[in-house]
Amino acid sequence: MTRNIDRDLTRFKDIVRGKVRQNLRRYINHSEMIGRKGKNTVSIPVPNIEIPHFRHGPKGSGGVGQGEGDVGQSVGPGGQQQGDGSGQAGSDPGSGHYREVEITLEELADLLAQELQLPRIEPRGKDSLVSVKDRYTTIAQTGPESLRHFRRTYRKALKRSIASNDYTPENPVIVPTRDDCQYRSWKSITMPESNAALIYMMDVSGSMLDEQKEIVRTEAFWIDTWLRRNYDGVEVRYIIHDAVAKEVDEDTFYHTRESGGTRISSAYKVCKEVIQREFPVSDWNIYCFQFSDGDNWGEDNSACLRMLSEDILPHCNLYCYGQVESPYGSGEFIRELRRLVDQNDNLILSDIPSRDAIYESIRKFLGKGK
Amino acid sequence: MSISIHRPLPANLSEIKEEMASRAREYGLDFFETNFEFVDYEELSMFAAYTGFPVRYPHWRFGAQYDELMKGYTYGLQKIYEMVINTNPCHAYLLDTNSTGDQKLVIAHVYGHCDFFKNNAWFTPTNRKMLDQMANHAARINRYIDRYGHEAVEEFIDACLSLEDLIDPHLPHVRRRMDQDSAKGSLSPDETSQSDEDAERRSGRFPSKGYMDAFINPPDVLRKQAQDKKREQEQVEANRSFPGHPERDVLLFILEHAPLKQWQHDILSIVRDEAYYFVPQAQTKIMNEGWASYWHSTIMTRYGLTDAEIIDYADHHSGTMAMSPNRLNPYKIGIELYRDIEERWNKGQHGLEWERCDDLREKEHWNTRTEEGRAKIFEVRRIHNDVTFIDEFLTPEFCRKHKLFTFAYNESSDDYEIASREFYKIKTQLLDSLTNHGRPIIRVVDGNYRNRGELYLLHQYQGMPLKQDYARDTLVNLCKLWGRPVHIESLVDDKLSVLSFDGTNHEIRSKPAA
Repeated sequence: MTRNIDRDLTRFKDIVRGKVRQNLRRYINHSEMIGRKGKNTVSIPVPNIEIPHFRHGPKGSGGVGQGEGDVGQSVGPGGQQQGDGSGQAGSDPGSGHYREVEITLEELADLLAQELQLPRIEPRGKDSLVSVKDRYTTIAQTGPESLRHFRRTYRKALKRSIASNDYTPENPVIVPTRDDCQYRSWKSITMPESNAALIYMMDVSGSMLDEQKEIVRTEAFWIDTWLRRNYDGVEVRYIIHDAVAKEVDEDTFYHTRESGGTRISSAYKVCKEVIQREFPVSDWNIYCFQFSDGDNWGEDNSACLRMLSEDILPHCNLYCYGQVESPYGSGEFIRELRRLVDQNDNLILSDIPSRDAIYESIRKFLGKGK
Repeated sequence: MSISIHRPLPANLSEIKEEMASRAREYGLDFFETNFEFVDYEELSMFAAYTGFPVRYPHWRFGAQYDELMKGYTYGLQKIYEMVINTNPCHAYLLDTNSTGDQKLVIAHVYGHCDFFKNNAWFTPTNRKMLDQMANHAARINRYIDRYGHEAVEEFIDACLSLEDLIDPHLPHVRRRMDQDSAKGSLSPDETSQSDEDAERRSGRFPSKGYMDAFINPPDVLRKQAQDKKREQEQVEANRSFPGHPERDVLLFILEHAPLKQWQHDILSIVRDEAYYFVPQAQTKIMNEGWASYWHSTIMTRYGLTDAEIIDYADHHSGTMAMSPNRLNPYKIGIELYRDIEERWNKGQHGLEWERCDDLREKEHWNTRTEEGRAKIFEVRRIHNDVTFIDEFLTPEFCRKHKLFTFAYNESSDDYEIASREFYKIKTQLLDSLTNHGRPIIRVVDGNYRNRGELYLLHQYQGMPLKQDYARDTLVNLCKLWGRPVHIESLVDDKLSVLSFDGTNHEIRSKPAA
């Protein structure tokens, strides 16, 4: 028997999910709503569906409260109070504008995929690559006492004592011997594995402002989410560069601000080293994402192109270059890279002039299903 | 369908129920027969989401409400103990996981509510067969959904709900429209004949000598002209500006004058009916909860409790009565006011002599032993609503004793701050927030604004401007119903302005001072 409320609940959830879908663009552009909490659940304040009414604004509003306190003392932050704050406790349930909707990262990724019509990623031919996992699904005659299977041990001891006529129902004492003991044990299972390595590179020279970094951060969040959905294990590395490059942790990646010139080839060099050192191409699906304002030191360009096409592109599933627009950058680098696009179908270029373009850019990067 | 989950009360609870009912009757409470249903939390949440009625029309907002209640319960944030609806017989839902002590409290509380529903004057016009009515509404809306599609109907319901509070809360108690009509009817004969003559006198007669008059001013032509003119005038009057007086019941006005399809008309009238049904509950929140709390506390502390239950009871009761600095608890303020009234009328602390007494000492020991308290609170629960209740019985002593204060919004800090502890201000603030539920009072002024069939509403400004974004969205919904551009006049940034929506664009014009 389905209850009416289930029908309404489903309807509501559909709308909320639909809302996520419709407003995904907005979320991508306002990533402050997304935080990873706990294991893999993010709680996103999704605008509660609120039917608009004619209401009083906060200005000039107030109410009556009870308790100690002097005139001028604060009783609570604005924005949460309704104009009709007094006397109606509980009569207007759910008056908040935002409602927390729990949604797992998987669901979020699927929503993104649905919205952007992203194809599933097919891992490169890595059938040879297997990982071994232990599963405690079997029984052994020996083992540590901590893994002793009490019930089976008892059953075996019982059988033995009945068979040997030691058992008296009046005094049902069972003493297991060494032979009766049964232990939980494991089986090794081999499973095909698909791992991905993500390498983010970002230009942190003076011409990259906070706004540009915010775009990079938002885009990186969604790329992360999607790739994590598709691979069992995802390793992420971060590289920042101005005239020189270095590998950093995530926090530093987003918060470093350097000044000085830009030499993109330095980042490529580090990237190449990281790949060689940590991610043997035979075992890993490698994804590189580079973000820059496209302002490079003129002489460096040819070195960049050479390194890219010789040392990096052949090893990558995908190489994505996103160029953000900054008031100081010349944006010429993307033109240089265009020359490589024809020969390398795993090179993807995208212009991200503003927050609104993040959406298109993600579609471009991940739309190939590689 | 949900009715079928009915489970009778367990034996021990029906005993408690009988006992509580007889205790309540001994005290003079007078209630409809009350059916208790024993439900689990999911079911209770469902009933609560449906505002107590098991059969409602399909709408996502019930689902949203249910979701919230279930989540709150699952995470241990909130719990509803009971729910009771105003019908005859009353229906009450008890949560099956309540402890026996809690059940006693809750049952006593429910009888308080039932008595209030039956006897309070503001509830008298409500439909006591609302259970059937709601199911009926659901059936009608389901039929429209089958015929016109879920989307279309739901969208329309959303638009109606957006305007659901634009009703006249006093309408069930007065007959404004009728009065006007009958008044017009009784006045008209004399007036019209007189104005006819007036019109004739003023009409286009040419000056003429008496013997030529019949030729220069042929009587039938004149009559025809007069008639035409009159018809024209009537038409102008009819077109110009209606209603004659500003009307609070905007929904009724829309029902009568908007170009709605039959099903839309019906849905709007359903939304309006249901809105009216819930008006008295909003109007008497403090009184109703206070009354029920007064009785559960009176009955429980005298008869209900066993030694083992007293701690749980005290804990539960004080939880319900908790006050917070930024929210007035209707349970608390209600029960304390009833107790205050009872005490004052027991001791005769009211009336002219009491008011005139300036001696604080004398006032403190004032006791005429009139013992009219109980009778007085029964009278109060019969005739008052929250506004008149506070207006009549809130005293400076009460405010001091309960440490009431007003708080106000401080724009510079985006914060609410304690504004005052003066009695007058507290009372004013409380009354303001209770009047029309603290919501803006809005009237239809003109259904033919600019003679173009546009709807013109007037917000009665009371010191608080409209929330602009909400107002804009609401105008969109209003426009959906009205079908022509809509306007609302209000104060924006201290300037008299008109917010308009013409179906595609929003506009704010400041209105020149008339």
